[in-house]
Amino acid sequence: MIHFVLLISRQGKVRLTKWYSPYAQKERLKVIRELSGVILTRGPKLCNFVEWRGYKVVYKRYASLYFCMCIDQDDNELEILEIIHHFVEILDRYFGSVCELDLIFNFHKAYYILDEVLIAGELQESSKKTVARLIAAQDSLVETAKEEASSISNIIAQATK
Amino acid sequence: MGSQGGWGQSKEFLDLVKSIGEARSKAEEDRIVLREIETLKRRISDPEVPKRKMKEYIIRLVYVEMLGHDASFGYIHAVKMAHDDSLLLKRTGYLAVTLFLDEDHDLIILIVNTIQKDLRSDNYLVVCAALNAVCRLINEETIPAVLPQVVELLAHPKEAVRKKAIMALHRFYQRSAHSVSHLISNFRKRLCDNDPGVMGATLCPLFDLVTGDVSSYKDLVVSFVSILKQVAERRLPKSYDYHQMPAPFIQIRLLKILALLGSGDKKSSESMYTVLGDVFRKGESSSNIGNAVLYECICCVSSIYPNQKLIDAAAEVTSRFLKSDSHNLKYMGIDALGRLIKINPDIAEEHQLAVIDCLEDPDDTLKRKTFELLQKMTKSSNVEVIVDRMIDYMISISDNHYKTEIASRCVELAEQFAPSNQWFIQTMNKVFEHAGDLVNAKVAHNLMRLIAEGFGEEDEGADNQLRSSAVESYLRIMGEPKLPSLFLQVICWVLGEYGTADGKFSASYITGKLCDVAEAHSNDDTVKAYAVTAIMKICAFEISAGRKVELLPECQSLIDELSASHSTDLQQRAYELQAVLGLNSHSVESIMPVDASCEDIEVDKSLSFVNNFVQQSLEKGARPYIPENERSAMLNVNNFRSQDQPGALTHGLRFEAYELAKPPPLVTRTPASFISSTDLVPVPESTYAKEIHQAPLPSPVPDIAPVEPGVKLRLEGVQKKWGRPTYSSPSAPSASTSGIQKTTNGITYGPETMSSQTRAVSYDSKKQHVEVSAEKQKLAASLFGGSSKHDKRPTSSHKAARTRPTSAEKLREATANTATEVTVEKIAPLQPPPDLLDLGGPIPEIAPSVDPFMQLEGLLGPTQGISSESTVSANASKPSDLMETLYAEMPSTGPSGTDMYSSSLNSGVPTNANKSSQMVAQIPSVKKGPNPRDSLQKDAVARQVGVTPTSQNPNLFSDLLG
Repeated sequence: MIHFVLLISRQGKVRLTKWYSPYAQKERLKVIRELSGVILTRGPKLCNFVEWRGYKVVYKRYASLYFCMCIDQDDNELEILEIIHHFVEILDRYFGSVCELDLIFNFHKAYYILDEVLIAGELQESSKKTVARLIAAQDSLVETAKEEASSISNIIAQATK
Repeated sequence: MGSQGGWGQSKEFLDLVKSIGEARSKAEEDRIVLREIETLKRRISDPEVPKRKMKEYIIRLVYVEMLGHDASFGYIHAVKMAHDDSLLLKRTGYLAVTLFLDEDHDLIILIVNTIQKDLRSDNYLVVCAALNAVCRLINEETIPAVLPQVVELLAHPKEAVRKKAIMALHRFYQRSAHSVSHLISNFRKRLCDNDPGVMGATLCPLFDLVTGDVSSYKDLVVSFVSILKQVAERRLPKSYDYHQMPAPFIQIRLLKILALLGSGDKKSSESMYTVLGDVFRKGESSSNIGNAVLYECICCVSSIYPNQKLIDAAAEVTSRFLKSDSHNLKYMGIDALGRLIKINPDIAEEHQLAVIDCLEDPDDTLKRKTFELLQKMTKSSNVEVIVDRMIDYMISISDNHYKTEIASRCVELAEQFAPSNQWFIQTMNKVFEHAGDLVNAKVAHNLMRLIAEGFGEEDEGADNQLRSSAVESYLRIMGEPKLPSLFLQVICWVLGEYGTADGKFSASYITGKLCDVAEAHSNDDTVKAYAVTAIMKICAFEISAGRKVELLPECQSLIDELSASHSTDLQQRAYELQAVLGLNSHSVESIMPVDASCEDIEVDKSLSFVNNFVQQSLEKGARPYIPENERSAMLNVNNFRSQDQPGALTHGLRFEAYELAKPPPLVTRTPASFISSTDLVPVPESTYAKEIHQAPLPSPVPDIAPVEPGVKLRLEGVQKKWGRPTYSSPSAPSASTSGIQKTTNGITYGPETMSSQTRAVSYDSKKQHVEVSAEKQKLAASLFGGSSKHDKRPTSSHKAARTRPTSAEKLREATANTATEVTVEKIAPLQPPPDLLDLGGPIPEIAPSVDPFMQLEGLLGPTQGISSESTVSANASKPSDLMETLYAEMPSTGPSGTDMYSSSLNSGVPTNANKSSQMVAQIPSVKKGPNPRDSLQKDAVARQVGVTPTSQNPNLFSDLLG
């Protein structure tokens, strides 16, 4: 299973973290520090895998952003690499050519999407279309909620005038 | 650029993100975050906060927590928000809660109610949100609260809900298998779900279930095979295609399950052969995902009952992986090779060069994987090369976790395949010296036991030789500073047992050395304990041999120091040593027989030797013994313990009281641990010893006291029987076990018996291996003209390889104008070919009829052949390699190169050349589906901004946000 997902920028800044196994806050910081030290310094031609504390960390770089996932010894690294890519493709479809800024300012959206791709450390849906549909359904509800809110506030505003 | 503003966050939040992005240092970032935390604390506790504002605060809390700060003050608000009726807020609440809380958090109990309510909602999106939370937050205790509802949801009309419900059950199964054990039929049912997504999700729990119990799922083999067949034939909806592969993730999961089901089962395996062949044929090696499926296929083929055709296919794919330029594929290839050689060791042979390349690779990950492979390939003929390499690597790394692992691997291999005692001892010395603090204590015990027992051959002389070579090497090494404690313990023990055994070294020399050790490690009680016991043994051997023992002055002072030590264990040892010195040779011999550490110790578990005493006591009116489990009801255990706890010191006085109330066998325990002290120590100064002497000794003591090696109490058993914790202070458990040594002159009992079992096992495997390697050597002999490889040859051929290619290289260098460094680098990988002989055995091209004597003369026939051949191949491959190194130079100048790129981006002057090189360097492996990557790139260029501002452009964000 996947124990955690990290998105780290090339400067070592954390863009997203999702922990599927229990890690205390202190430990999380240590893990991030340790891994960014290892991964950010690796050359471009080397493996996309790092052995780490008896686990394996699979990472992939997109522009200035590193996507990392920590997995068990007996998992298939190439598959994880593609799960990362799968996630990025969905992000891309959602944001319309995604860039790091999208993720910085809308990290909570990225979390929602991740929750539809992975659950409890396993890939839950391998169809991009299904994920997109579900996210869209949630968003449309959000949109209507927002419209309602603004219309209500308009009404209130007019009423109080 | 609309994306920043368009999502409805306030200016304030955007400013926060922006300022964090612009922070130049960690300290500055921390300052900003702390300020933000203050603001949030103030605002969030305001009861008047409108809900929409609250939602943003919660998201800001998530942000703060993501950056590594504590946002626990706001957790309760997130929990509250999850309870809200509006889906918009609820979703945010759930998101925050799943990110903040672990399943053991106190607030979980508050969220369970909300989850229960939401699982019943008629809005499927609410149910989905709740199920997401269920997967993260429900722990073992709360499973029953939601389980019935989750099971109901398995029949929900929406496939997204069914899928999440399945995953939730999977999570429950992982948390506590028994809570869902009655629901397993549901997983089977969901396997036939109409929606492929649900079916795919069901494979996750099924994989776990099958792992746990293969036999009860054999009936599903047919289903899995037919699903895999349908998937491979593209019967699933197009939307499950990924990079032109039909549902590869589902294929991989199916292959994983089939591997388990087919393992060691010929009938099941046979039903898989066809479909596996199909998957191999359709597997696309041009895309990464295709390779992922192929790799999984190899794993499956190597796990199920072997089929030659499939193995051939697997071997072919493996060699394609190994020959690939991509490090990722090489890595997978090495792993696959490790699996395949279990079935057919010969497969490794054609890949020797590739394996060596991977071993020499600068990439640590690849190197480690290769070591893993080598470990599987080790046999007695190549163990030296492999273990030496491992140790070299072990010394060079600083990662403690891996160091521990590789050290234990070295030990394992050395124990299993050691070609000679000398080599074994040396290897162990190296391992201990460099990783002594990291290896398991069991390894040290194994080593001691091995030295004590020898290699198990009947030849006593060889064992003695092993011991004396150990003693010699330890005497040489022990002066070095900073030896790990564990290693010193081994050294002390061995010197104590065998230091004077072969008569090469005098007793005073050894004791002197031991004193030095004790002195140099004055704050390590365990080492001191080992040292002083070793000294005692040496003295005892001297005495029983009839020689007079005169303690060195430093030794005397050590004893004096230890008798006043704070550690009672050390004190006792010191007194015992003094006691031994005062005895005559006959009694010393019976206490400390020479080299008796391997003698079996008979353990009388029923304690029949106290029967007499018990009988007597009963007759005198003592109460009969009540077993502990019955006793606890009638006797306050605490009270009983606290009476006894001062144990060692006050026992002498307790004996009186015993007559009245205490269960009699309790007494026998006391003498058991103090046999030596009560009986032997005539030291009047010590208070506790005195007390013991004053105490009327109960009758069983004399029974046990004549300490023959045969009859001894097993302390472990006794302790357990009476339910007492331990006698020794918990800080020195190993010291206390070696305390037992004193009376028995052996190694600790527990490990002794246990490890002799493991040893038996290792012997078996050793035997097996010998057979295999004999077979291999025969094969090697037929191909190689009977060259047996391990002794002097590797070195000589090393030289040959070194000199020959160098001249060849030189020539090439002159013509090719290559930088010398490159040549030197290239020579290094050339050295290993001779090792190849050891690694894999024969290279088929070599004529089999080479006179072995010819081989011994300088440049050997086959070696020559090989080295020249390898030179040729190296030459052939070299141009491209060179290109690569040159080419790799560019990206690997690393940060500067990429920095250039990003700075050019930032300043808005992207150059095409830079861009393309960047692209190539970044993701060379994937050719398909370039959209996200491209667009990330494009986007970045189009925006002409770096996302994280560099020093050149700190005001980037203000520009951006205008």
